[in-house]
Order: sequence, then C-alpha cells, then structure tokens
Amino acid sequence: MKIAVCIKRVPVMEVKFAIGKDGASVDETGLKYDVNDFDLWAVEAALQLNEKNAPGEVTVVSLGPDAAAEQLRKALSMGADRAVLLKADKQPADGFAVAEALAAELKGGNYDVIFFGKKSIDSDAQTVGPMVAELLDLPCVTSVFKLDIAGGKGTAMRALEGAAEVLEFPLPAVITVDEGLNKERLPSLKGIMAAKKKPLETKPAQLGSAAVTVARMELPPERGAGRIVGQGAAAVPELVKLLQSEAKVI
Amino acid sequence: MANVFAFVESRHGEVRKAGLEAVSAARLLADQTGGGDVHALIAGAPGVAGQAGRLAEVGADVVLVVEHPALDLYNPEAVSATVAERIRNGGYRAAVFSATSQGKDLSPRVAAKLRAPLAPDAIALAVEGDAIVVRHPMYTGKVIGSLRITASPALLSVRLGAIPVTPNAKAGRVEPVQPATDPAAARVKVVEMKEGNTGKIDLGEAPVIVAGGRGLKSADNFKLVEQLADSFGNAAVGATRAVTDEGWRPHSEQIGQTGRVVSPELYVAVGISGAIQHLAGMRTSKTIVAINKDKEAPIFKVADYGIVGDVFEVVPALADAVKQAKAQG
Ligand SMILES: Cc1cc2nc3c(=O)[nH]c(=O)nc-3n(C[C@H](O)[C@H](O)[C@H](O)COP(=O)(O)OP(=O)(O)OC[C@H]3O[C@@H](n4cnc5c(N)ncnc54)[C@H](O)[C@@H]3O)c2cc1C
Repeated sequence: MKIAVCIKRVPVMEVKFAIGKDGASVDETGLKYDVNDFDLWAVEAALQLNEKNAPGEVTVVSLGPDAAAEQLRKALSMGADRAVLLKADKQPADGFAVAEALAAELKGGNYDVIFFGKKSIDSDAQTVGPMVAELLDLPCVTSVFKLDIAGGKGTAMRALEGAAEVLEFPLPAVITVDEGLNKERLPSLKGIMAAKKKPLETKPAQLGSAAVTVARMELPPERGAGRIVGQGAAAVPELVKLLQSEAKVI
Repeated sequence: MANVFAFVESRHGEVRKAGLEAVSAARLLADQTGGGDVHALIAGAPGVAGQAGRLAEVGADVVLVVEHPALDLYNPEAVSATVAERIRNGGYRAAVFSATSQGKDLSPRVAAKLRAPLAPDAIALAVEGDAIVVRHPMYTGKVIGSLRITASPALLSVRLGAIPVTPNAKAGRVEPVQPATDPAAARVKVVEMKEGNTGKIDLGEAPVIVAGGRGLKSADNFKLVEQLADSFGNAAVGATRAVTDEGWRPHSEQIGQTGRVVSPELYVAVGISGAIQHLAGMRTSKTIVAINKDKEAPIFKVADYGIVGDVFEVVPALADAVKQAKAQG
C-alpha cells in the first residue's frame, strides 16, 4: 500500500502567547514547536496500516518553513519511509490555499490512503483534509476515531454531538484522524538513527491565493481571578446564593 | 439586496438547535448587509419539509427542501454537491454552516467545490464595510483571530451557542430542490447512527455542564457528577482526558484541546486540576465553578467561584442545595 500523511509544525501550547507587531499574528519569540497532536495519531494510523499490509510505503508531507524538516524527521524516526517539505515561510490563514499546495503534491502519487489529523491546534480550522479530498475527487471520511481497512474498503466511526456515525467507503480515500483512534509510538533510538538516512525532499509550495485573511489577533480577556467562596460543604449555601443572585445561572 | 444562505443541520428529520442558530446567524448577516432574504436549506428523507415552519419562525424567507430516502442519514457527497450547486446559482453574499461535527465535514467540501473562502468556527460575526469579519478562537483558545473575507459568497461556520436563536417570523415559502447527484450512488455511505446518552442533552447545547476529573477516583463515583447534573435539570456531563483515558467515561465527553470545546452558561469542574489542555476546551464558559481539595489547583485561577474541599462531601451537598433552589423557583 502507498500511504501519505500530511503533518503540520505547530507551537507547543503551554506558553502565554503575545501578539506580534503587525497585530495580526502571534509573536514567535521563544516558541517551541512540535508535530500537531492529531497528526501524530494520523502518522500512527498510517504506520499500523502499512505494517498490516506490508510491503508498502509511508510518505509524510508538510507545508511549512525550513524548520519543519524537524517535524518530518520525527515522523521518519517513528517509521515513515520518506518525507516531502513544501516550503512556505508564511502559512496563509486560508485553508484552501494550503489545500491547493498539498493537493498539487499528492496528485499523481497513487496513494491508497491519505491521512490528515482532524485539525491543527494553531489555526483550529479543521478544513484542509476535506478540501484536499475535493480537489483530488477522492472519497473522504473526517474525524475518525475507529478505523478498519481491508480488501480495498474501509469502515470508520466518527463522533457527532451526542451520537456516532458508522461509515463505509472505498479506497483510495482521504481520512482525517481524531483522538482515540490510537496512541502514537515514540521514536526509538534506532528509529532516530535510521531517520537520518531516509530521503527528505524540499520544494517550494505552490500556494494558491488567500481569500481569507487575518485582520487582527487579540488575546482573550483575562478571566478575573475568582473568589474562593469557602471550605467544604459549609460553603455550599453561599455558593448557591451567588449562583442565583450574582451569576444568575440557577 | 444581499441574500444569505443557511445550511440547516437535522437528524432523522428533526432540526437541530445548531440548525436554528445557523438560520439566526444568516438573518443577522442579511439584515446587516442590506436586508436581503435568508434561504435555509434542509435535507432529509421525504417528510423533512414538515420542518419548514420552524425555520420560518426564526427568520427564513425561503426554505429549500431536499427530500430523498437516501438522505435520512447525513450523506456527505450528495449534500455537499447539492449545497454547492445551490450556492453557486443563488448569488448569495454569504453562506452559513454550523461548526458541528457534521458542519465541519460539509463546509470545507462546499468551499473547495466553489473555490470560495471559508472562515471556520465563528464565536461572533460583524460586517465591516465590504467585508464580513469572523471572530475565531485559535491556539487552543489562547488567541482570538478576526478573519476577514471580502469575496462573495463568504462561507462561514458558527460555533454552537455563539448566536442566540430569536423569534423572527417570516413567510417561509417552501421550495423543493433536487439533489445535484444521486444520493444512493455516493461512494461514502453513513450506514448507521448510534445514539449516545439517549435522552440526555448534548454538551454543545447544554446551558450547564458538570465535568468530572481524576479527583472522582473511579468510574462508579461519577454518579455524583451525574446526580449534580440531574439536579440542574438542564446539564450535560463532561470529563477530563485523565478520566477518558482511564475508560471511566467515553471519549465523546472529553472537554479540552483534543476533546470538545464548549461555552455553557455555567461550568462546574469537579475534582479537575485545570491543566492547560483542559482549559482550552472550557475557558469561554460564562461562569465557572471549581470544587477541588487542593487550594493551589490551577482551576481556581479561571474559576469565578471556588470551594476548597473534598468532592465526596461537597458535591452531594451541592446537588441537594441546587435541587432545593430549583424547587423554590
Ligand atoms: C497532547 C495532549 C492533549 C490533551 N488534551 C486534553 C483534553 O482535551 N482534555 C483534558 O482534560 N486533558 C487533556 N490533556 C491532559 C491534561 O494535560 C491533564 O492531564 C488532564 O486534564 C488532567 O485531568 P484531571 O484534572 O482530571 O486529573 P489530575 O490532573 O490528576 O487532577 C485531579 C484533581 O483532582 C483533585 N482531587 C483529587 N481528589 C480529590 C477529592 N477527593 N476532592 C476534591 N478534589 C480532589 C486534585 O487536587 C487534582 O487537582 C492533554 C494532554 C496532552 C499531552
């Protein structure tokens, strides 16, 4: 099987963000980066599928700056076979522009399955996977938390609000991965050594033009430090009073 | 006059609250961009036209109805093709989707078919000159971006609960629409829908959420969380990843960076430490209450009201007190 996984370099979120000088981006000073969480689960899904259907090949693709090679190396050290970096110093806020660049690379690759994470945690848009599927005219199943692929067909489950859907689809297909599908493996020392020798090709991203732009970015208002109403069950009557009279939620 | 399109989410022929919110958001945009009409499209099995009245009540001038037996369950390919065709031929200024699981599947497909701009997951909408501006939480909610679209049609999806549904009765003329492709021939088929938490209100729609963390100690003790939720009457149960990882609760109840993002009127955090990834899913709640025995727990930094104490003692007392307060009206 030929499998592709699209992964994104995203900031590690355990920091206080600051807004950049242009007022429309985050200040990148001091940020650390990693592979987007959902994309790690997508890589794991690809590796497992490849192991079940060996021999095959897993290609990881990322659109990002030169430094995104680091995230591609991580996927290679987990077990992917080759990597492609579509170089773009600035990532457009328009998911469609990104989707066009990824689709241009994936087109003609004869992939049986193309995996994405369900969303990237920086843009939080959840649009690129299904857009690529449309551009390639492939069947697409999004936000998958259970997956079974065999004999050229797939069965998947995805969560709705208060329910879940069971879906069936033929290959080739695009699948976006939700949490719960698997736990990603850690790169082994052997994997890290092997990754250094695996092919990593870099080329300029063929970005489409962006029709969605970021006008501003702001930090959300701080939540005013709350009030400790009291200790133990004795504080309950006061809390209920506040919820009734002040917050007006009961 | 700028007409605005709305896609109405339904399930087994019933309009979802998200669908009413999409119509309300479209109404808002139509009114602010020159007072055009709202065209609301609903798709389902034959009979779904019966829902048209509900859409007219909240501001739909025209209800576009797509009926086909193979549309009782969501049909991503047939619905996206039909919606795209309708928007392409409708000359709309904007098209509104719900930022639900289904809406986030549908809207990017339609955007790609139309090569139209899509701003996802709006918590607020504004018209600024010739642009539609969408406020959208990014970086796990730590940054709010304002996304700007000048092109027509502008596609956008609205977060559950972001746009209030208000009565706004219109004539609501019904217009049947043919599916653009044969729904029965779609490659991807939704073969089954499994209802979870039958009868209970969904996290995205609940005005109150009672969420439990590892402080509950076991799956069985989650009945305390359920009892507290029951005492409110309009509450859903949520959980942290520590809890879903343990298998005490299903992943569908997980709130946070990799779970659901919610913004209820009231969020009660029971035995939850308040890790950054959890806060990412609930920091936009209007009022937050925390119950934790550790007075240094980070959850108290975002909570409006806190009780430092043992959940096994505080939660049953709170459930009783809420029940009483409710009974007294
Ligand atoms: C990539 C990634 C994604 C993640 N995504 C999410 C996510 O989406 N959602 C999420 O929730 N987490 C997520 N996490 C996990 C997160 O970092 C925390 O581990 C998790 O939120 C902790 O859950 P908790 O508060 O229930 O447990 P703990 O951190 O163990 O806290 C339990 C709390 O209960 C209190 N307690 C214990 N006993 C009692 C008692 N008897 N009475 C009162 N209080 C008591 C303790 O003081 C403590 O504060 C993610 C982590 C990673 C790395």
